[in-house]
Amino acid sequence: MGEVRLMKGNEALAEAAIRAGVDAYFGYPITPQSEVIEYLSREATKRTGMLVLQAESEIGAINMIYGAAGCGKKAMSTSSSPGISLMQEGLSYIASAELPCLVANINRGGPGLGTIQPAQGDYFQAVKGGGHGDYRLLVLAPYNVQEMADFVKLGFELAFKYRNPVMILADGALGQMMEKVELPPQEPRVHIEYPWATTGKPKDGPRRVITSLHIEPEKMEEINLRLQAKYKKMEEEEVRYQAKNLEDAEYIFTAFGLVSRIALKAMDLGRQKGYKIGWIRPITLFPFPKKIFAEVSEKVKGILDVEMNSGQMVEDVKLAVCGNTRVEFYGRMGGVIPTPDEILAYFEKMFIKGE
Amino acid sequence: MAKVVGEIIVDIERCKGCELCIQACPEQTLALGKTLNHKGYQYVVKINDNCTGCANCAIICPDAVITVYRKVYKTKKEVPA
Amino acid sequence: MEPENVDVMVEDIVTPENLVYRKPSTLIDVEFHYCPGCGHSTVHKIFMEVVEEMGIQNDMIGVAPVGCSVFAYHYLDVDMQQAPHGRACAVATGIKRMLPDKYVFTYQGDGDLAAIGGNETLHAANRGENILVIFINNAIYGMTSGQMAPTTIEGMVTTTSPYGREVKTMGYPLKFGELIAPLPGVAYVTRQSVHTVQNVRRAKKALQRALEYQKMGLGFCLVEIVSNCPSNWKMTPIESNKYVQNVLIPFYPLGDIKVPEVKK
Repeated sequence: MGEVRLMKGNEALAEAAIRAGVDAYFGYPITPQSEVIEYLSREATKRTGMLVLQAESEIGAINMIYGAAGCGKKAMSTSSSPGISLMQEGLSYIASAELPCLVANINRGGPGLGTIQPAQGDYFQAVKGGGHGDYRLLVLAPYNVQEMADFVKLGFELAFKYRNPVMILADGALGQMMEKVELPPQEPRVHIEYPWATTGKPKDGPRRVITSLHIEPEKMEEINLRLQAKYKKMEEEEVRYQAKNLEDAEYIFTAFGLVSRIALKAMDLGRQKGYKIGWIRPITLFPFPKKIFAEVSEKVKGILDVEMNSGQMVEDVKLAVCGNTRVEFYGRMGGVIPTPDEILAYFEKMFIKGE
Repeated sequence: MAKVVGEIIVDIERCKGCELCIQACPEQTLALGKTLNHKGYQYVVKINDNCTGCANCAIICPDAVITVYRKVYKTKKEVPA
Repeated sequence: MEPENVDVMVEDIVTPENLVYRKPSTLIDVEFHYCPGCGHSTVHKIFMEVVEEMGIQNDMIGVAPVGCSVFAYHYLDVDMQQAPHGRACAVATGIKRMLPDKYVFTYQGDGDLAAIGGNETLHAANRGENILVIFINNAIYGMTSGQMAPTTIEGMVTTTSPYGREVKTMGYPLKFGELIAPLPGVAYVTRQSVHTVQNVRRAKKALQRALEYQKMGLGFCLVEIVSNCPSNWKMTPIESNKYVQNVLIPFYPLGDIKVPEVKK
């Protein structure tokens, strides 16, 4: 049993970064996640020598990550929706140049300046690739403070395994709420000489170049094919989700992140009323857990997808279900958090009263 | 009296005929030749033997296509037959 | 008494001990894609001469911009990263902070450094990042064929200032070196050129000094090179260097703008 503390999601994520032996954090203040850089500024450098640098903007930050990752270092940032939008160009370059890094989006209400309340309106941006070109981020969606911590180490492992940026897609509530969290052990910061990293031309070998520029289309296509193969491998090996009560389920509630806990409660309330409701929580938003949705779609009468946006993950659910069963959506936007009762009420209206 | 004799080797396939060396040569030793290289550039050629190996041409040459040699002949005896 | 004009055999002169000048080994042996007479090539050459002479080829990481010199890493035989347009100074910050004992440099054009990259360059300078920024100022966007740059001077014709740059509507030419020189984090700012032999020698010296200052950890070093763009200026290389001399340099005077006091 590791050290247990009561911590805010943002601070648990920061503490986990220190313990994961992260080398560098480049960030910029933005509500609702400024606690991450504040916490790291207090703790990180003195404990592990980890660099904490407040950049001139999120554009600066993501490009500093590019440089540090290009040296084989564990580099990361956290931001929130508007800041993450500024990082999209950098993320496209990092994905194309095949560099590992971790970026967390503590999603807030949008679009535009929006609000500082929690939201999930950045799902498409995170999962379908918010920058230019065909690339994907591996996207992890925590649903409690424990996972806000756990997904830092996991995120870096996946980032270096695939040499691809990994995103933690959380939201303002997960960032701000306090919960019990069991913290991972401290890992040392180690320098690993990766053959692809630019740490100074080896005396006995060619120089290393990190670039995403390939003027010849055939070469650029070759790069793209390599990236697509990587994403296919992620889909085969890295799908993560959690499910409950699928055995006798006639209906499924599905949601990611914070909303999945509200949907869990709504399921319980529904079960008390005799409705046989199951629950699926995608943890990796890319790669999306298509198989489980395809399987349950053969058996259930309907799926209700609940999100804090206008309906984004529901499209992926529909793709996976492929028409086998009804898929309905319930959402709140602008930072409003849905309640279990209103979810259940909508379920009854769409599925029960309809019968 | 010493006699300084220079010599230059031009990588004619990489010369782009920009003429900057011609302008920089204090001895007016260089000029664009008539023949073209594989890229269709008139490359630079020596048109006299006054080269002293000062390397001005090589220093100003953007594409680093000129290699320069210089030999100082101290006395008459040393000048090879 | 003048030895007579003796027909000297070439083989007698072209020998290793008589070598006076050769291409630096730190330049990759490929043809530059740059236009005939372009200053980029010259700067690549003299910079790699410095790297060879200082023996630091294996301790250096460079960052290439977007612009004509986006392919710098095809030529400079050192570890390099290619940065998004304007972001080189941020990328270099990430590298230098992770590898503080390596030489880190960016190589940027005027659009990359002073337009889209203005904020990244300004803040890297203000943080006193211990990097060398090589800034090629040819007052035009080269690769995209001839648009107005932040350093395009008043009245200069470009494809986006076809009637000459009109400062009232298009703003004033930006002197980035002077802009950042007062910042305490900035150690060395100098403006050089490569349009004459003498200036090439001086520019090489300046690049070497900047790397030495970086070794001493004195902070941000900017070496600006006022350069030419024959193709987009629609001039021959010779004419373009005259333009550098008679038009650009009067507005962008050469010389050291800020030099760190270094205890000898």
